Amino acid sequence: MKEHMTIISNRQIAKGIYELTLASSLVQRMHTPGQFVHVKVATFAPLLRRPLSLCDINHEAGECTIVYRAEGTGTTLLSQKQPGETLDVLGPLGNGFPLSALSSGQRALLVGGGIGVPPLYELAKQLVKNGVCVTIVLGFQTKDVVFYEERFASFGKTYVATADGSYGMKGFVTDVIEHHALSFDVLYACGPKPMLKALQQQFPHKELYLSLEERMGCGVGACFACVCRVPHSETAYKKVCSDGPVFRAGEVVL
Amino acid sequence: MNRLAVELPGLSLKNPIMPASGCFGFGREYAKFYDLSVLGAIMIKATTLEARFGNPTPRVAETPSGMLNAIGLQNPGIDKVLAEELPWLAQYDVPIIANIAGSTVEEYVEVAKRISKAPNVHALELNISCPNVKKGGIAFGTVPEVAAELTRAVKEVSAVPVYVKLSPNVTNIVAMAKAIEQAGADGLTMINTLLGMRIDVKTAKPILANVTGGLSGPAIKPIALRMIYEVSQAVSLPIIGMGGIQSAEDVIEFFYAGASAVAIGTAHFIDPYVCPNVIRDLPPLLDELGIQHISECTGRSWNNGQTVYCGA
Repeated sequence: MKEHMTIISNRQIAKGIYELTLASSLVQRMHTPGQFVHVKVATFAPLLRRPLSLCDINHEAGECTIVYRAEGTGTTLLSQKQPGETLDVLGPLGNGFPLSALSSGQRALLVGGGIGVPPLYELAKQLVKNGVCVTIVLGFQTKDVVFYEERFASFGKTYVATADGSYGMKGFVTDVIEHHALSFDVLYACGPKPMLKALQQQFPHKELYLSLEERMGCGVGACFACVCRVPHSETAYKKVCSDGPVFRAGEVVL
Repeated sequence: MNRLAVELPGLSLKNPIMPASGCFGFGREYAKFYDLSVLGAIMIKATTLEARFGNPTPRVAETPSGMLNAIGLQNPGIDKVLAEELPWLAQYDVPIIANIAGSTVEEYVEVAKRISKAPNVHALELNISCPNVKKGGIAFGTVPEVAAELTRAVKEVSAVPVYVKLSPNVTNIVAMAKAIEQAGADGLTMINTLLGMRIDVKTAKPILANVTGGLSGPAIKPIALRMIYEVSQAVSLPIIGMGGIQSAEDVIEFFYAGASAVAIGTAHFIDPYVCPNVIRDLPPLLDELGIQHISECTGRSWNNGQTVYCGA
């Protein structure tokens, strides 16, 4: 579950957004969209690994792709890595999006916000392969950080919104869904917590699967850093890393 | 001869390497990576009388060569630990050291009395050094008389030897160790985390929801070594050393400082295989250093290191 993966490419695809392609036999263990890998980028600073979700899994090529935002020390260091270098990768970890929630001919709505967009790519790919009709809504802060619109468009109708209106519709993903009256059997989402909360409120009686983000320590469930509460209990909890990161709406307190 | 076997009060260890409390849960997560029977012992997550949720998130923040945590002793409570976690761990050939915590002396005593009777619990680790809870924890670990009183009370009811986990957040750790020795402790474990904090540059707010947290990892290794060096020469209790250990070389350094066994904590989050790797790396390192048995390393640095060097 831990290997040194070779960097095939590591390139900027939007402002501060990088696409990293890695190769090793570890890829053959990667199957479920929404799972993540825990990546070591430096020996001592930062000390801990970086949890990064899988964006694309390509078993034939033996490669996987991760899309990340160079923001803090770790991801900035990662953005400087060159093809040919290796990365210490642990994974795949966590429980991804349940594909079995839908059968052929049913409709999925995929909603991504910012750097929460990447795991929806592999999800869209696998849903379409299963014959599911996919509609995609992507929300970004501004035009400069929009990515993967065309790639998603190959799987289904794709809408883009920006918070400042510089690209696509002005507003949030929830505005797009309302404006176009988008309907679905199952909704899958990944993005900032306010977005997930808004979706949960917008569709209180529908089947929603939400991918959460939290600061992690171990990534395997041992350190209790990334817990979240379970409704109606003082002591019950779920761990984002090992029980999630994908939860059914209502399963945990957002 | 097993060159790594170590005998400590209550503990016959096949090797002196064990996961530190709070960094290994109750073992289930790492059992997916390797057979836990390879470990010398396991220090399980702190157990309290009632289940605890712990602190709000974020619970971790990073620092150069280290990390801050403020978990807040989240655990399922002693009933569940006795009914589910310890029986599950019994499938492995590994002694358990049960870390116990509480808000009052009575709570520590009750947990100690019950958990020390579990068949695979071979020793207790008295947690008087958790910096992340409002009541109990470190409150018992900063005044020697208070620590001594608690040690006595727990010793009286425990069916197994009692090790006391020392906090580095004290002015005089030797005075603390001596008071605990006189109170009848069987051993010491040291060090727990150092109290620290980080602040977000953009928001000016503390990164940890708990504001402060415990610093661990390689950053604290020199402090742990210094404290073990001081305490081990002032008391006759065996010491299980911890604080930033990542490699077999680190283990030997802790033994030289005065430890008789060691625990590995934060390094698990970087490499789940750290314990088996260190156990594998120790015999060749002993060969390289010309040392027959690891126990010979304990305290080799004392007397300014004049008796230390015997390398090949």
